[in-house]
Amino acid sequence: MKFLAARRRSPLVASALLVGALAVVGGGYAAIASVQPASAALAVGTETQIDKGQKLFLEGCSSCHGLQAQGTETGPTLIGVGAAAVSFQVSTGRMPLAAPGAQAPRKDNPYSEEDIAAMAAYVASLGPGPAIPTAEQLDYSNADMPYGGELFRINCSQCHQAAGQGGALTQGKYAPNLMEATPQVIYEAMLTGPQSMPVFSDATLPTKDKQAIIAYIRHLQEAPSQGGLSLGKFGPVTEGVFLATAIFAALIGAAVWIGIKSR
Amino acid sequence: MTDITPQEGHDQGHGSAPAKLGYSPVADIPHKPRLTDTDPKAARRAERQVATMFLLSMLLIVLFVVAYVTIDPSSTVYIPVFGDVGASNFALGLTMGGAVFLIGAGAIQWAKKLMPDVEVVQQRHDMQSPRRATAEAAANYERGKEESGFARFTLIRRTLIGALVLFPIPLVVVLRDLWTASPAEAGKSPADLLSETLWTKGSRIVSDGTYLPVKPADLPVGGLVSAVPADLQEVEEAEGNLNARTKAAIILVRMDPEEIRSQQGEGWDYQGILAYSKICTHVGCPIALYEQRTHHLLCPCHQSTFDLADSGNVVFGPAARRMPQLQIGVDEEGYLVAMNDFQEPVGPSFWERG
Amino acid sequence: MTTTSPVEKAGGATATYVDQRIGSNKFLSRNLGKVFPDHWSFMLGEIALYSFIVVLLTGVFLTLWFKPSMAEVVYDGSYVPLKGITMSQAYQSTLDISFDVRGGLLLRQMHHWGALIFIAAMAVHMFRVFFTGAFRKPREFNWLIGVVLTTLGLLAGFSGYSLPDDLLSGTGLQIARGIVQAIPVVGTWAAFLLFDGEFPGTEFISRLYGVHILLIPGLILALVTVHLMLVWTQKHTQFPGPGRTNDNVVGYPLLPIYMAKAGGFFFVVFGIIALVGGLVTINPIWIFGPFTPDQVSAGSQPDWYIGFLDGALRIMPNWETVIFGWTISWNIFIPALIMPGVLFTALGLYPFIEAWVTGDKREHNILDRPRNAPVRTGLGMMAISFYVMLWIGGANDIIATAFDLSINSITLFLRAAIFIVPPIVFIVTRRTCLGLQRRDREKLLHGYESGRILRLPHGEFIEVHQPLSQKDLAVITSKVDHEPLPAPDKADADGVRNKKYRSQSLRHKLSVFFYGANVPKPSAAEIEAGQHHAAHSAEIEAPLHDYEDADEFRRAHGGVLHHPGMAETNIEQQAEEHSGH
Repeated sequence: MKFLAARRRSPLVASALLVGALAVVGGGYAAIASVQPASAALAVGTETQIDKGQKLFLEGCSSCHGLQAQGTETGPTLIGVGAAAVSFQVSTGRMPLAAPGAQAPRKDNPYSEEDIAAMAAYVASLGPGPAIPTAEQLDYSNADMPYGGELFRINCSQCHQAAGQGGALTQGKYAPNLMEATPQVIYEAMLTGPQSMPVFSDATLPTKDKQAIIAYIRHLQEAPSQGGLSLGKFGPVTEGVFLATAIFAALIGAAVWIGIKSR
Repeated sequence: MTDITPQEGHDQGHGSAPAKLGYSPVADIPHKPRLTDTDPKAARRAERQVATMFLLSMLLIVLFVVAYVTIDPSSTVYIPVFGDVGASNFALGLTMGGAVFLIGAGAIQWAKKLMPDVEVVQQRHDMQSPRRATAEAAANYERGKEESGFARFTLIRRTLIGALVLFPIPLVVVLRDLWTASPAEAGKSPADLLSETLWTKGSRIVSDGTYLPVKPADLPVGGLVSAVPADLQEVEEAEGNLNARTKAAIILVRMDPEEIRSQQGEGWDYQGILAYSKICTHVGCPIALYEQRTHHLLCPCHQSTFDLADSGNVVFGPAARRMPQLQIGVDEEGYLVAMNDFQEPVGPSFWERG
Repeated sequence: MTTTSPVEKAGGATATYVDQRIGSNKFLSRNLGKVFPDHWSFMLGEIALYSFIVVLLTGVFLTLWFKPSMAEVVYDGSYVPLKGITMSQAYQSTLDISFDVRGGLLLRQMHHWGALIFIAAMAVHMFRVFFTGAFRKPREFNWLIGVVLTTLGLLAGFSGYSLPDDLLSGTGLQIARGIVQAIPVVGTWAAFLLFDGEFPGTEFISRLYGVHILLIPGLILALVTVHLMLVWTQKHTQFPGPGRTNDNVVGYPLLPIYMAKAGGFFFVVFGIIALVGGLVTINPIWIFGPFTPDQVSAGSQPDWYIGFLDGALRIMPNWETVIFGWTISWNIFIPALIMPGVLFTALGLYPFIEAWVTGDKREHNILDRPRNAPVRTGLGMMAISFYVMLWIGGANDIIATAFDLSINSITLFLRAAIFIVPPIVFIVTRRTCLGLQRRDREKLLHGYESGRILRLPHGEFIEVHQPLSQKDLAVITSKVDHEPLPAPDKADADGVRNKKYRSQSLRHKLSVFFYGANVPKPSAAEIEAGQHHAAHSAEIEAPLHDYEDADEFRRAHGGVLHHPGMAETNIEQQAEEHSGH
């Protein structure tokens, strides 16, 4: 616990705190957006980019989200969700939605990076919201990975499972597997709270802590399986299935071999 | 030893010797000889096979030692199908498992191919003792009863039974101090202790892990923070255990005040920020699967579901009681604080809870 | 026996030396030639025994490094993702065993896999004993010991699973604590005494350690010894077969064959456990992280043998009552304490219940074929299906994500299915058994149906039946037709009221239920006639077999009589064949 206490006094955290405090000034959503240093640039975007974004929006999104992104019965309003939400939803292929269901699944994304940036710029121009994290924010090379693991277990593992394999939510919804999530996707998800996921704002979980979490998730994605075959890292259920099938097949096979008369 | 030495060959059953061994071959099963019985070459092949297994086993033991000495336990290796795995564990398991397995496989192969495979028969004996033995036992028992006077000395018998009944009492009584109350716990019953937490009026709420205090504006609508009291770390240091955390852990969520249908107390939220216990009322799992759209809180252990927009009431699953809510406000510096302790015990139910 | 080698001489001398002191030759003379029947399903108990030995062995090694303490330390071992994290010494030492002790991870994984195999083998062994009626007189005590051993196995497993103090096992303990706390009247005190106050405290791991490494294994070891001694003195049961009677045992002598096979099987089981321990991860505690009471992972499941309890907890409706200010948590008390209590009690008492119902007082050394005891087999399958329902409940979140279902629907389905499915399984199993009995009767009366139709020279078609082999005949005729207990009279001939009428009547009804529907075995004369008839039809067909042997196509398709270019009738066929030679 000392370890964490020490962290509290670190200048970096203090500065993050300061940024958090600044956020209060704006109040409400605007404040959250203002925490993002890059938000000004992205929120405005170039005229042509916004126009292109609007065009793409009208083609791909407006049937559910409304012509002015004001929301309809089938899709929520996008005013104020910010560029980060667009980037997350479209880059992971969750939007546009292929079919209605308990939840939008991850799938192949048909858009190019520029297209996504254009749509993000358009949505950002509608109202202030979290911006796409900058390369600096996403740089987790100096992050404290073990601390990220601690934060992961406090904030993430209850839904995404300790090994990041995902888990069930109510009524057929689920927390997705994190094995393919990029740092940007992870950051944006924490920032925007897509679908069932709650928001972990930069004020309560400062950039440095998010970087630590990203570092830990990257570790989970890449870590070798020290003990051998990983069995999907789902825990005792898959272990039990392996026991009942493979191991007992081998043991009973051996028993049968002993019992058969030799020719 | 001589009278129990098994005979060689497979036709042992046809002689008179088996009677001595206590078994004889089953008369009416025709015995089909194996290849190894009829073909000396096959027999020699089987012999070589078995010996090879034992030899390989020895080799694998040597390899085990080599692997133990040479492979760094932290190194990994890519094995097709298995993926990246710990090299040392893999090599040690493979060599040791292989070596031991081959000893067994060799022995079984030896038995199957080269030892006689004629089924033999042995008689069973009644489990019940012969009448004479039973009578003798009964007589001995009667004699013992008579000589001890167990039946006659009623007083002795009854007092002995009484003494034997009381004898385990000390063994049970000493278990009382399995729980020795700490000074802080002195004079309180388990039910008292389960009914109080670290939260008091003005306890600052800090987020778990980062231990940063939280201002209302830090938490956007749809936001979630796992939180604990600011003095938790000090208390844990002083008590040297995690007991306080088990009861004090909370979650903070923020929703549009319009969406809050009910709360456990008038105005217990702060501008749409609600604080609920993080410990499930079913059997006590920490619970933070908060779905910000539905405001449902799901327990990963047994799937009890609570509606945080509706006083934390149970909407699904085995939990019987709502999630206790903590009344919150802000202090003079604008940080979120508890306005009180929980008004009902957190965590699983218990007998005295009422 | 012409020469005596020096080795044998030395062996004989040793035997004499030992015998003069402990009289061992008397035992050896009786037992070295002891006969054991051979069947693969008789090895299931051995798997349990051998995996237990492996678990004991690896467990002893683990005690050399494991520190059963909840004292907090800061990790500084070689597993980077946890460096600098505060954790208990128990967790730290388990990480050290996994990453810093060479071969430590192998021992840990062998220990854990071995434990899973131990309990599973006991369960499967128990199925074998149950479905073959091996628990009947004189083996009821051994059944009871087996049930106790299984229960102890569950406790041994759960106590071991909880020791590393990782997040997964700690969550399990947190749940266990909640369950203890829910016991009416004494719950809170019991929980406080177990954990030295509130959860998690600092004492529990070390207390559990003593239970896990001494108390439970000691009890298991003692009971296993008694279990084996009883098997030894009562001699193993055997499946029906030629030459096998209730009064003999047919198989292989202990020395050398059984010794080599059973001894070899020990090494095979040991080898498989070591291979699995080296090749397949189990319980990667480093991924779960150290236990902290306010952290949790999705998909927190217990090991398979506790899964049924967890499932029961999950699917139980949320009932709780408060009477005069006292709380009774039915939602915990019923699934976690009453249900397993009833289940294991019923399991332990089953042999006595069945004996009471059937009034059967004979010794049984020949095993029942499951079909010949349809009610017992049905009850067994019913219990298994009940258990499987709970199992599904225990894994409902994993099943939901794997098969795109909703946990809510699975839970609601199971709440109904737990009452509906087992009776259906009972009925289906019982009827299947009776169907198989009927088929057996047909086989005895008519022999095997070969599926081949013969046209006889005078134009009559017959289906060829083949007589049963000696082995099948012995197996099928092993069925014993029991009579249900007679219905009691309300009063005897003198008009005196029968005081035990009610219990006797119940017993009669149950006995009729148990035996009533059985398909009677044909009489010996009928069987002989049937087999004779079958042999006759096979004889008629016999000349064709010379032809079939020469024709691969026909051999593979037993029912086919014609293919292009072939003789149209049997007579032509035979004529062709004879003229050809």
